[in-house]
Amino acid sequence: MKLTTTLMASTALVVAAGSAFADGHAKMADSMTVVSWGGAYQKSQQNAYTIPYKEMHDGLEVVWDESSAEAVAKLRAMDEAGSVTWDVVDVVAADALRLCDEGLAIEIDPEKDLAAAPDGTSAEEDFGELLVGDCFIPQIVYSTTFGYRTDMVAEGVDPPSQICDVFDLEKYPGKRSLEKRPINNVEWALLCDGVAKEDVYDVLATEEGQQQALDKLATIKDDVIWWSAGADTPQLLADGEVFMGSTYNGRLFAAIEEQKQPIGMMWDAQVFDLDGWIIPANLPEDRLHRAMDFVKFATDTQRLADQAKYISYGPARASSAPLVGQHAELGIDMAPHMPTDPNNAANTFLYNYEFWADYRDDIDAKFQAWLAQ
Amino acid sequence: MSDATQTGPVLAADGSPLKRSLARTLRRQKLRALLLISPLLVFVLVTFIVPIVSMLFRSVENQIVAHTLPQTVEALQDWNPDAGEPPSEAVFEALYFDMFKAAEAKRHTQVGNRLNYEQPGLSSMFRGTGRDLDDIGEEFEDVFVGIDPAFKTSEFWFELLSGEGGESFLDDRRALYAAMLGESMRGDVGFLPSAEMVSLLPATSAAYTDFAIWTAIEKEDVVAEERPWEAVYAGLGVDLRSPEVVAEIGSYSGPGADILKAAVASRDQLPQASFQEMFAESDEDWLDVEGWRTMSLYSPDYTTGYFLNSVDLQKTIDGVEARPETQQIYIKLFIRTLYMSLIITGACILLGYPVAWILANLPLRTANVLMILVLLPFWTSLLVRTSAWKVLLQQQGVINEILVWLGFVADDGRLVLMNNATGTIIAMTHILLPFMILPLYSVMKTIPPSYLRAAKSLGATNWTAFWRVYFPQSVPGIGAGSILVFILAIGYYITPEIVGGTDGVFISNRIAYHISSSLNWGLAAALGTILLLVVLALYWLYDQIVGIDNVKLGG
Amino acid sequence: MSDLTITVPRPPLPGFTLPLTAVLGAIFGFVAGNVYGQPWIGALGGAAVGVVIAYLAHAMSHKRTATRWGIIAVLALAGLLAGGLGAALSGVIIGAVMSWFAYWLDSGDYRKNVPIYYSAGQTLWYNSFLFICGLVFFFLIAPLLPVMWLSFNAEDFFTFTPEMLNFQAEGYSLKHYRNFLGTEEWMTPLKNSLIIAPFATFISVSLGTLAAIGLSQSHVPGRQAIMAVLISPMIVPLIISATGMFFFYAPLGNWLEANLGLSQNFVGYVKVILAHAALGVPFVIITVTATLVGFDRSLTRAAANMGADPITTFFRVQMPLILPGVISGGLFAFITSFDEVVVVLFVGSAQQQTLPWQMFTGLREQISPTILAAATILVTVSILLLATVELLRRRSERLRGLSPG
Repeated sequence: MKLTTTLMASTALVVAAGSAFADGHAKMADSMTVVSWGGAYQKSQQNAYTIPYKEMHDGLEVVWDESSAEAVAKLRAMDEAGSVTWDVVDVVAADALRLCDEGLAIEIDPEKDLAAAPDGTSAEEDFGELLVGDCFIPQIVYSTTFGYRTDMVAEGVDPPSQICDVFDLEKYPGKRSLEKRPINNVEWALLCDGVAKEDVYDVLATEEGQQQALDKLATIKDDVIWWSAGADTPQLLADGEVFMGSTYNGRLFAAIEEQKQPIGMMWDAQVFDLDGWIIPANLPEDRLHRAMDFVKFATDTQRLADQAKYISYGPARASSAPLVGQHAELGIDMAPHMPTDPNNAANTFLYNYEFWADYRDDIDAKFQAWLAQ
Repeated sequence: MSDATQTGPVLAADGSPLKRSLARTLRRQKLRALLLISPLLVFVLVTFIVPIVSMLFRSVENQIVAHTLPQTVEALQDWNPDAGEPPSEAVFEALYFDMFKAAEAKRHTQVGNRLNYEQPGLSSMFRGTGRDLDDIGEEFEDVFVGIDPAFKTSEFWFELLSGEGGESFLDDRRALYAAMLGESMRGDVGFLPSAEMVSLLPATSAAYTDFAIWTAIEKEDVVAEERPWEAVYAGLGVDLRSPEVVAEIGSYSGPGADILKAAVASRDQLPQASFQEMFAESDEDWLDVEGWRTMSLYSPDYTTGYFLNSVDLQKTIDGVEARPETQQIYIKLFIRTLYMSLIITGACILLGYPVAWILANLPLRTANVLMILVLLPFWTSLLVRTSAWKVLLQQQGVINEILVWLGFVADDGRLVLMNNATGTIIAMTHILLPFMILPLYSVMKTIPPSYLRAAKSLGATNWTAFWRVYFPQSVPGIGAGSILVFILAIGYYITPEIVGGTDGVFISNRIAYHISSSLNWGLAAALGTILLLVVLALYWLYDQIVGIDNVKLGG
Repeated sequence: MSDLTITVPRPPLPGFTLPLTAVLGAIFGFVAGNVYGQPWIGALGGAAVGVVIAYLAHAMSHKRTATRWGIIAVLALAGLLAGGLGAALSGVIIGAVMSWFAYWLDSGDYRKNVPIYYSAGQTLWYNSFLFICGLVFFFLIAPLLPVMWLSFNAEDFFTFTPEMLNFQAEGYSLKHYRNFLGTEEWMTPLKNSLIIAPFATFISVSLGTLAAIGLSQSHVPGRQAIMAVLISPMIVPLIISATGMFFFYAPLGNWLEANLGLSQNFVGYVKVILAHAALGVPFVIITVTATLVGFDRSLTRAAANMGADPITTFFRVQMPLILPGVISGGLFAFITSFDEVVVVLFVGSAQQQTLPWQMFTGLREQISPTILAAATILVTVSILLLATVELLRRRSERLRGLSPG
């Protein structure tokens, strides 16, 4: 994993975007547009971040825009058109990297721009290797993992517990749902085709490796329903339309614990990914100050821990983990439902941002051609 | 007067010749028609046509490479891509200064992304090396500062390089910036390059002038007070590598001459590695010939590359070639889109014709009630209707459940009705059916029923009467409905995305992907242009056969 | 000919009603028997039931309603005994269909709508044709039924739960309606849609009608090209239009804000309204030009002759005649805006979130039957609207002394 090297390099290069107003007396805009994904995730952010933030700042108006799925395209269009109307944008780390590459997001200095942990640990150390890219402010760790219908496991067969059970149609017949893109799927395919975990991306960088992954996926292709929206797999599982399917762990938590569906979690080889904030480039001074101030507040140790009360995504700070409490409505302990919980994280897989930034378009073209065959 | 009219030209009431009067009336009529049309025409031209055309124009635009790496592109002209060798040191040298400048403006990654569409790996190569550029310059800087601490100060550099006669040089550098950033970069730089230094230390002057423009215009700082970029030190290092420069410095006597001479004396301490080696150390793929071929192929300002990509071809150094089979997808998608849109149009005609007939021939009272049934789905959101079809068609869905319950389908042999082409066709036929029924209905409404009766009383059989008398009169309705349904179908992407699975998706789905995910807008624009041309060709064909005036939509 | 009445002879029982009803019964029986794995026995039984029903219909021809209810009750009871509630419901449906069929045949109603000279084959064709049309109408409406049903789901999925299928109260809930009607999250988008769609429709209809009148004049230079330009918003794939239009509307918005001092929110609405107006234009152009093709130009000349100025002519003579075309064009334009999600996603900002946009994020982020509740409410409202319009039309017809058409 290149996370550490990325981190080292990025800190070396960091531009002190926040230094200009380190005195804290700069004028801040009294309205702020926050972009997020909508749904339960956005609600958790409102509860944990913006409601307390608004209490601290009288007269602040917060507008939510549920456009994170189109954030990259829209930000690029806004930038070209010369009017960026967003102040803080919630994106996945891969998108943040792309936005940073395109010069559409400002670079962040974790030391200056982010709050230190209560015990004085610097933000840089606290976030650790999750600070991928130069513009990305991590918020949560989520994972893409599998859920399965507990009532569709055949008599006398153990429920699936290994990633390769996804590819075992004999033991676990039934449809699977996988995301309609190569990312994650090709890694799983290679893992189950005898490639060692640490070699996966080296293999994937070659034509043969890509073909190997697609060939492995081809063994279950007829039994796969491809999803494109995060809400799809929980719906397919609830319908009994698929036996098992990949999705974000928070969606599965909601289906299992809140909706009481007969679904089980399979944490093996869950792929960790990050979601967090970026601040668009070229904001006017007062809005930039507001955005920086909000982000500093919203990513402090307590706020990140608070978010976990509403949704089962792991806080991105090491110092937040001990503060994770109970679900705000269900009253159950959230820690065991976090992807980062030691029991769940026995075998995890780290998403390689650099690799996918390079190979995404190429492998996606091959993947789509393969799908269309 | 009466006599005159007998012999002269025919006059209008106002006494002017009738011919002229008629021409004037015609002109006035034309003018009035245009006046009536113009508000809408202007509205559509400005709010729609201009933005769309400029969007589609992106399919050939490719200035980003030449604008961001201008000196590299120029130096690359001399490189022979067929020789199998990476380019010369001159190219790497130019690349270093181009990239340093671009990296300050955060543009180097954009070039990386652009080239990465053509060859994977280039994106991280540019991003990674972008971070090492400072280090390369610092190696020079450390040595220079070691030779004389004055090299550390901003004043030294400013005095050394500023002077007189460098206006045109400054303007040239400014123009390069303006091209890269798309901004005018006008304004007072507070630094004028000395013409003498420009010819004596060309690389240093270029790097420092770039630094000065960037510092003054973008950062709004005072040039003379800022430490120069690391690239300026590298520039001096490059200049001192040339024996002529070394010789000329010997006879130089302007500001900083002593320090320069000291530097010349100790130039053995300077890093000796070539820029090629330094780039290779940052990322060995810089020595890869393929990457350079891609750069040289995509260095012109305009490219056919996007269009070639969108028909499964690719540009190579030997000309245009087919893409590897594992990557061919667009032709297939275009054909599928056309083919499925045709099937959907056909299905809509088959289902819509009888319904339109019955609506047109029933008493108005009943017809209006039935019309509500046609309009109802129309009032229901497209998203809702698509989701409803999902509920109906999936394997655990309503249709399969009923069939299983009735015993017609075994529980383990449920029909696959969605996530394939069938699903897309069923759902889209349903969604587009009203667009067929309404125009058909309005045309059929105008066909007098007596024609059919007359035909029959003249001895025609039912079939003949329908086929020879009724049907031809309803053709404009079919035409209008078909063109509407077909055009709407061809551009759909939400419904295929939800129910189409893998073999029921359309070309628009890929266009949407390239717009919103991969950001490959050039390719999206090329695909969109092709789609648009196909539709326009069909529209023209339709206009030739049916005539667009005959299109009717309800009413 | 006032006293001339032609009576259709009542069809014979054994040669017509009996066998046809038996065939229908056999089909139903085949399907019902198939549930138990015995299709042929079912068909036989069904045929027997058909025979009985045909006989009853023939014998009790004057007590139609009572007999039909009796048949329905008997079949429902039989279903209940054989297979529970679901089968009882099937029994009701089968009983209703078969008894109606038997009476329809026996009373000769099947020839009611065909000319007297039609042969048996033609009558059969006519009735089959009606049946086919019925199926198409069913196809149009059927997908809306599960939408309405599922909108009462107690769970947050688009899934028929066992409780729902067994009609148990705990499977149903109004929470999605409460969620739709009671939260800002849905009411604001609804409000936005109801602001944006009418304005957009107004712009496309007013400009579009004028242009269509211009286009219908006899000498218009470059008519084909103009037409192609005006129809283009319908042709360009939406996703391309969306991004392309963004580049026009964003600077326009900036300009309006900076130079006219308009609020960002207001400018946001203007942008979406203009974008949707452009999308609605082709529909108005197509419908109105089509209506104008059949327009008798001598009427406007007559009006002008009698001293009406062009504006009076337009509003008093031309407009009433082309109004149906204008209305249906407006309807298409309204729907285009009311159901549009791709363009608003790009051109709009959060304050202009429309109903389809909210539905779109809803479907993507968190599937919730709230969107089904929203759809059900919209469908109900539109049924009421359309029905009101139809009733008003009939009333005005009556008032004008026209016979109901």
